[in-house]
Amino acid sequence: MDRIPILKMGDALLVTIQVDMHDRLATALEEDLTSKIVASHAKGVLIDISSLEIVDSFIGRMLDNIAAVARVLDAETVVVGMRPAVAITLVELGLSLSGVKTALNVERGIALIQRRLETPEAVDGVGED
Amino acid sequence: MASAKTETIDIKSSDDVVRVRQLVRACAIEAGLSLVDQTKIVTAASELARNVLDYAGGGTVLIEVAENAGRRGLRLTFADSGPGIADIQLALKDGFTTGSGLGLGLGGAKRLSNEFSIASKLGEGTRVTIARWK
Repeated sequence: MDRIPILKMGDALLVTIQVDMHDRLATALEEDLTSKIVASHAKGVLIDISSLEIVDSFIGRMLDNIAAVARVLDAETVVVGMRPAVAITLVELGLSLSGVKTALNVERGIALIQRRLETPEAVDGVGED
Repeated sequence: MASAKTETIDIKSSDDVVRVRQLVRACAIEAGLSLVDQTKIVTAASELARNVLDYAGGGTVLIEVAENAGRRGLRLTFADSGPGIADIQLALKDGFTTGSGLGLGLGGAKRLSNEFSIASKLGEGTRVTIARWK
């Protein structure tokens, strides 16, 4: 079965989604990421979706799920690289990805996670600004 | 309302949903839709194809590159022989789901389309038609 590679970058894990996701792949990614967060003590998860031509509610739910599980394991998820047309469509579809942090690109995503590491007393919450 | 090109695909598995997306994208490009419009109709198609799979166990989609009042575009008709929808108005509401999804599929697909129509009969199936024009 196909698997999406997960790379370790410092305190964060980087996942680049390059293929059309289907159910099994999404489930496998959720499971792989969860065990990798625990094994590597990662504090952040970066999900690069710059190759994705669409994000439907299925992918949106997967991103939300990953972020929720990662949060329970004390890691922050940042979705990076969303295409402009995807962003427009996502909002019209009604998905706000409210449980997920986003950044324009991988560099900014890493900076976001780095900032969190430098202020360990910060309390994480769903409605955080 | 002449149709220039039509294709029908069976939706039987998760891989077919991916195939629907790819073919709808190709046809949307052929119809001359902008990148944002392509993305909208492909996303709507993905939602509806998944509905067909999840709620009816499978069905078909008819993809037509068509013309409407001088505007080229794409019309998609999703048909299944599933259980049908008891309350269409309720099914169109965001957040309503009888499955495990987010309940954005039908309402979202409607918002992403220029035209939307749905017909359903309990025990017989559901037919959803959407269109996006240039």
